[in-house]
Amino acid sequence: MSQKLLEVKDLKTSFYIHLGEVQAVRGVSFSVDKGEAIGIVGESGSGKSVTSMSIMRLLQYPGRIKDGEIIFKGEDIVKKSDKEMMAIRGNEIAMIFQDPMTSLNPVFTIGDQIMEAIRRHQGLNKKDAKEKAIEMLRLVGIPSPESRVDNYPHEFSGGMRQRAMIAIALSCQPDLLIADEPTTALDVTIQAQILELMKDLKDKVNTSIILITHDLGVVADVCSRIVVMYGGLIMEEGTSEEIFYDPKHPYTMGLLKSIPRLDLGQKQRLVPIEGTPPDLIKPPVGCPFVSRCPYAMKICKEYRPPYFEVSKGHRSMCWLLHEKAPKVEVETGVKRGTA
Amino acid sequence: MLRFLVNRIVSLIITLFLIITVTFFLMHAVPGGPFTQEKKLPPAIEEALREKYHLNDPLWKQYIDYVGGVLRLDLGPSLVYEGRRVNEFIKEGFPISARVGTYSILLILLLGIPFGVISALKQNKWQDNLVMFGATLGITIPNFVIATVLLYVFALKLGWVPTFGVKDPKGWILPAIALSGYSLSFVARLTRSTMLEVLQQDYIRTARAKGLSEGVVIFKHALRNAIIPVVSYVGPLIAGILTGGFVVERIFALPGMGRYFVISITNRDYPTIMGVTIFFAAFLMIMILIVDLLYGLIDPRIKVTD
Repeated sequence: MSQKLLEVKDLKTSFYIHLGEVQAVRGVSFSVDKGEAIGIVGESGSGKSVTSMSIMRLLQYPGRIKDGEIIFKGEDIVKKSDKEMMAIRGNEIAMIFQDPMTSLNPVFTIGDQIMEAIRRHQGLNKKDAKEKAIEMLRLVGIPSPESRVDNYPHEFSGGMRQRAMIAIALSCQPDLLIADEPTTALDVTIQAQILELMKDLKDKVNTSIILITHDLGVVADVCSRIVVMYGGLIMEEGTSEEIFYDPKHPYTMGLLKSIPRLDLGQKQRLVPIEGTPPDLIKPPVGCPFVSRCPYAMKICKEYRPPYFEVSKGHRSMCWLLHEKAPKVEVETGVKRGTA
Repeated sequence: MLRFLVNRIVSLIITLFLIITVTFFLMHAVPGGPFTQEKKLPPAIEEALREKYHLNDPLWKQYIDYVGGVLRLDLGPSLVYEGRRVNEFIKEGFPISARVGTYSILLILLLGIPFGVISALKQNKWQDNLVMFGATLGITIPNFVIATVLLYVFALKLGWVPTFGVKDPKGWILPAIALSGYSLSFVARLTRSTMLEVLQQDYIRTARAKGLSEGVVIFKHALRNAIIPVVSYVGPLIAGILTGGFVVERIFALPGMGRYFVISITNRDYPTIMGVTIFFAAFLMIMILIVDLLYGLIDPRIKVTD
């Protein structure tokens, strides 16, 4: 029986701006097991990054966790003091960010920036911390780490900087690694390398991973489970298999239809999802996807659908799954064995 | 590094030479002369004086003689103060200007930067409003007004400090404050705006995500980056403080360089004008060179290379 490392229960996070309350996350629940990698997928503004920043308790003013619990290793992070959070951040929960070009401090060496986390959390002296930093750089595949450790970020390429970020994040063997679009700013060959590295390290260090991305191709490779977010809510959750081959939510289907695929050749047309995400200052009463959904019904506008369980662990927030709803057959083009 | 230094020093000397040339001919192009006074001198005496100081030589010869003197580090005699040499003026006046300047630069950096940081951290709160209100006053009120008000309140009314001179060490306080007003405000505003910008950077979020305390995040990660634009302001600032000190020096009756400069211009005391100008120009360029070298230490992205 796998053990739950992190359990997010009905998390609600809002930003209080002069126009009103932006309800960025409106009641999100999911969990991460020990050693498991899950993906959170959704377009910009779906609340995926805000969810991760809530878990780190790094929300910037005027953002605030309004309600809900984040149970990490049996304790509620939401109730922790700032000081207790400092001991958790970088130590038990680490994070890597989207843009490696700006995520490292330009005036300190790579080594200094890795050592900082090690010394802060593990109390090593300078010499041992440097040893450890070199070891971490070797682990993430930086060539000749003994000399590279004294380089400044501007002397590293984008891919190398993201490797350095991963080295910082993993230097204290965190239980949970949150990767917020770690490959978005990198070119495709480097993307593949970074994903390989993360997969590899997940097995070596046995870290759980939350991978946040808008790129379904990226999560398919790394994650065993996928959470699809839209309008501050989870639309669908299931194993990677279920999400790719048996999607139940029209939003998931739309995402799948909008990614290019190699096996379909030039005949394939990419189908964008028309429209824009809802205004979260005045979130829709019913399903947030209703205005863009090709299968929208009257009820979708008036009542937010509950989660329908498709099978164990696979749930979808969509009225189409109700027994009285019309049956729709959807062709996403994704076939087993081809993804 | 060594080649960088040599290059810079060579270009410094060339610049200085150009400054000498331009100043020399401009100065002689201005009408009037050192012996033009309200009470006219007897022509014979004036002629004798002109002869003594080689003012009757052709201008090109005077120029060559002067440059020769500069190369021997001799800035020539004063035409107005009999028997005094320009080198002496600098030797006497500069230590005093430099001392009051150093005090005010310390004030500027030791107060301006912290005020800016406080302002940025408490953005739009009362602390920020207070600092920015003070900074606006400091920038808009000219230093001679600040000097006069300070004198009236602290010297005349309260009697805490002397009204003029520096025989009493407390005499340095008011000139240093009056001199720092504008730049202190400027540095506070500059630090505030760069700090606000830096605090929004991704690497600050990274630092927080590592579990570092707010103190380390702000004073190590943010301030080191925020201070880079401030450093670039310090070079011209030092020169500005020393030249801008003329007015303040006069108000507080400090025997600094400013007095000689102002008097020499109204008197057409050619060698003094030249000497003080050359000295300030050289000083400014050396300060800028030092700041450029400091840059490389603070920001590793800036490499001093050939």
